[in-house]
Amino acid sequence: MTREELPNLAESKLTALVVDDNFVNQSIHQKLLARLGITNEVVCNGKEAVDAHCSGRNYDLILMDMDMPIMNGIQATKRLREMGIESKIAGVTTRANEGEKKEFMEAGLNDFQEKPLTISKLLSILHKFDFYVQT
Amino acid sequence: MNTIVVGQLQRQFQDYIVSLYQQGYLDNQFTELRKLQDEGSPDFVAEVVSLFFDDCAKHFYEFYYRIRERPDHVDFKQVDSGVHQLKGSSSSVGARRVKNVCIAFKECCDVQNREGCLRCLQQVDYEYKMLKTKLQDLFNLEQQILQAGGTIPQVSMN
Repeated sequence: MTREELPNLAESKLTALVVDDNFVNQSIHQKLLARLGITNEVVCNGKEAVDAHCSGRNYDLILMDMDMPIMNGIQATKRLREMGIESKIAGVTTRANEGEKKEFMEAGLNDFQEKPLTISKLLSILHKFDFYVQT
Repeated sequence: MNTIVVGQLQRQFQDYIVSLYQQGYLDNQFTELRKLQDEGSPDFVAEVVSLFFDDCAKHFYEFYYRIRERPDHVDFKQVDSGVHQLKGSSSSVGARRVKNVCIAFKECCDVQNREGCLRCLQQVDYEYKMLKTKLQDLFNLEQQILQAGGTIPQVSMN
């Protein structure tokens, strides 16, 4: 997909939260979202993601890494669901064996993508959640 | 704008970046990264790879301490965790050789092979520094093209 063919979802006013402890991945995921016109914020671990919601913030989409210090992605996803957070949560991780994927999905994910994240993988996530309709 | 000079620089850039893929320094994820760079963030790729190299340096010193400074108390689980992180970030920027060394490094951690880990540690150091030099040369070529009034070619590796 060329740059000119990328959809601009700015009119949808979607918001996203990037949850990842790695600065490289934070930077890339934020850029991917921004290129599609999605306003986004970033936190460094699951606890910060939970705290953000406790402070009243809410997001349409959460990109959740699995391995993080303090509170990992599985714990954070479970906690958010317990709090009644209904945002779409996509697990994004390099750990892709079936057992780990199953555990992460069962924590409450809506989707799972293996890192590295790309534009096409992000569009696949958005399409699955009906945030983006291919024309 | 001297179109002949720009053309030469653009060809030089294309040849150089293709060679980096062919020699295994980079993979398709680097192409994906370049697609994200635009007029609003003209230094995006350089900024992200700079973060990556900072990550490499940080992890190298952490591994060095854990493996070399404490030979009788190597915490392979901690080392493995750090290698996993580095593998992730190398994968995200398309640093193929660094990623491959991390895969071998993890295997050494799994079997608690200290000597193997030491070799991988040296290899990580070598590969990330080599890639850093190569990418700096690439970014310098980009700057020369821009200063000559040209545009950076999009190079498809498909």
